[in-house]
Amino acid sequence: MQNGIAITGMGIVSAIGLSVADNLNSLRNAQKGITQVDNFETSLRDRVRVGEIKLSNEQLSEKLHLPIDNSMTRTGMLGALAAQQAVANAQIDVTSQNYRTGLVSSTSVGGMDITEKYFYAYENRPELHRYIASHDAGVSSQHIADHLGLKGFVTTISTACSSAANAIMLGAQLIKSGRLDRVIVGGTDALSKFTLNGFNTLMILSDTYCKPFDQNRKGLNLGEAAAYLILESDEIVRKENKKVLAYLSGYGNANDAFHQTASSENGEGAYLAMQKAFKIARLSPQDIDYINAHGTATPNNDLSEGRALIRVFGERVPAFSSTKAYTGHTLAAAAGIEAVYSILALQNDLLFPNLNFETPMEEFQLLPQMRLLHQSVNHVLSNSFGFGGNCSTLIFSKA
Amino acid sequence: MEELKEELKGKIIEVLNLEDVAVADIDDSDALFGDGLGLDSIDALELIVLLDKEYGIKLSDPKQGKSIFESVNTMAEYIAKNRTK
Amino acid sequence: MKNPCYINGIGAVNAQGTWSDDPFTHIAEISNPLTMAIQPSYKELIPPAMIRRMSKGIKMGIFASQQALDDAAMGQVDAIITGTGLGCLEDSEKFLRNVLDNDEQFLTPTSFIQSTHNTVGAQIALRLGCKSYNFTYVNGATSFESALLDALIQMESEEANHVLVGGIDEIAGQTFVLKQLVQEVKANGTEEKLRDSQSPGVNFGEGGTFFALSTAKKDNTYAQILDVSIQNKSATEELTDFVTSFLTRNQISLADISAVVIGNNGDLVYDKYYTSFCTLFADKPQIFYKHLVGQSDVAAAFGLATAAFVLKNQIIPEAIQWNAVKHSALNYVLLYNQYLGKDHSLTLLHHVET
Repeated sequence: MQNGIAITGMGIVSAIGLSVADNLNSLRNAQKGITQVDNFETSLRDRVRVGEIKLSNEQLSEKLHLPIDNSMTRTGMLGALAAQQAVANAQIDVTSQNYRTGLVSSTSVGGMDITEKYFYAYENRPELHRYIASHDAGVSSQHIADHLGLKGFVTTISTACSSAANAIMLGAQLIKSGRLDRVIVGGTDALSKFTLNGFNTLMILSDTYCKPFDQNRKGLNLGEAAAYLILESDEIVRKENKKVLAYLSGYGNANDAFHQTASSENGEGAYLAMQKAFKIARLSPQDIDYINAHGTATPNNDLSEGRALIRVFGERVPAFSSTKAYTGHTLAAAAGIEAVYSILALQNDLLFPNLNFETPMEEFQLLPQMRLLHQSVNHVLSNSFGFGGNCSTLIFSKA
Repeated sequence: MEELKEELKGKIIEVLNLEDVAVADIDDSDALFGDGLGLDSIDALELIVLLDKEYGIKLSDPKQGKSIFESVNTMAEYIAKNRTK
Repeated sequence: MKNPCYINGIGAVNAQGTWSDDPFTHIAEISNPLTMAIQPSYKELIPPAMIRRMSKGIKMGIFASQQALDDAAMGQVDAIITGTGLGCLEDSEKFLRNVLDNDEQFLTPTSFIQSTHNTVGAQIALRLGCKSYNFTYVNGATSFESALLDALIQMESEEANHVLVGGIDEIAGQTFVLKQLVQEVKANGTEEKLRDSQSPGVNFGEGGTFFALSTAKKDNTYAQILDVSIQNKSATEELTDFVTSFLTRNQISLADISAVVIGNNGDLVYDKYYTSFCTLFADKPQIFYKHLVGQSDVAAAFGLATAAFVLKNQIIPEAIQWNAVKHSALNYVLLYNQYLGKDHSLTLLHHVET
């Protein structure tokens, strides 16, 4: 039976750890990575909490052994760290001519962290000019490809907070269509003053720890992260007897077509995305053991997503949680890190808790998973929704 | 008060980029949202910044805007009562 | 048999104005380092409540997408896929300046919201009430080709029968001052036409080009898209292999190609890639188009429109002839594009009997 597309490697850097093992450890021990902003100056410092990776750009550059005059931005460096872990985990040689290897990355901020630092300084400081071209979103992917030594198909997706889910989805379709044999898929986003202030103007940032699916939720914590999966064709898996971590069995993307930023009241886009994913996976709602929800903890998202879950699953919504209380909302990377968490749930038969939850929402009876739970997990559904009504669902299944 | 209302209409047109609307087109009691001027949630956020920037009034919860931004009348009354500049 | 992909409608806004039945007769070659698009009137198309927030990139996208749908007499679509290299630059710069200039005070949400890369695709979906697949690619000079490849995959895999695909890029202030600083764009006052270019850098041109694609052909179908290939890097000497392996995968040979469409842009440093590509097709008509619309990350979308026009009408207008080779029947047309030696792409089109 066709199980979907094989996942043979994964890598992650987030506010709760710089490796898959570290992330699992934090998830198990309810250790969140939410703090004040330490890496850059911002007047919002006392008013917001974020999921920040406590490494400076210099430290990241050292970890990657980059030359001193490199032009990588924080987004690119976080991505390179996570992607090289994934490649090592899958034990693949991306330079090999035997297989067609690609990279589908995603980002929402691109090189904004550098641009906002030097925007006005560039004209008088020629030594910074090497960064000018690094602003464009696609350049972060090129830098990651160069760092890995990958020459071939490279592209970048940017659909706001569902970006990495869409990158994973495209990767699977590139393999299915026979255009690639294996593909590195995921997303990366660094924190920046630009995004922090942007979300602040929407008045959806919490001044304390975010509380997904709680009646008294005040908004989200932003975060930064990167995560990548290695997808490989069945043929490679068979030929090389590869160890499969899990399968990507379903995926779907739909548009809410309701409002540029807000989700519709009945979660139409989310509902459609989940339906499509079930169709591709040839699974039904009762097959799902755990849902890694989008759960940003904004009043609008959690209500809309909750309603969509009820529309799809009826009275029997499976155990669900949002892991954003651990990591913050990492925008384009979010679906990437949550894919890693979904696979960890399958590998370890674990459900991760929805931290900070206290009071059920008054609109419905949904209660998120509150404690770590050992339980057989065969299929996990992961949701990611973004600006522009972009709704994506991925379904992961046990290897 | 009348002066404040006229000023307010001009500023609303300006910050919300209402190109086809003139000050004279807005009645003091017209609904700003919904059927009236047809503003939406993004406009509400823009108006919150307008209160802060022009009149030194800070709203921390966007829900507060609902009653304040009902019409130019309600907005002007709230500003007159709470302005710090 | 996988589903075919036909170009049934085209729409565009660029330095020459908007797309028409006769887009290559009354043209003006560009020579300005920064060439703005000639903006059509948007009032008939976009209600005032929406237009008041839109930057020109969004407006160009909406116009071009609707023009493509009208051209194909297509109402609803199963996927909207866009590409943009620089994204919604105008709003992005506006919000960034406000953050930097006002010390993070008194910031308003509109420009931040509209700065998101997928704004154009989202606004088109909102307008059409289209709840289907909606992707945006932001990969430099292969942003549009990525979108096109995705469209092909959606149609081949029977996920979609009607797809709207397009590319949009706009010019905005400081970003281009910086691009001129690093000589990516020619300096102000340079005034060089593409063929007479003596300097590094390009003449940049903004615009949007959209296609209404369908698995079913119609009386006015332009051409069939057979395949797209993308490669992040290539040395000039590796180009032959890139081209031949692509053609082999599609079971045709170099000799089968009736004409090529090249993305040369007058950059003295990097146009050697096109020279090298053209040596493979020295005896074939070569077609160029960036002298009309300028370089941008999605200019190749206009190249595709050019190729589609040529195949449909079986003529190569004088204004777009790069070499003097006369054409016979136009059957297969191959497009090649790259930028700064990176982001190489090949697109293969075939003539359709209607």
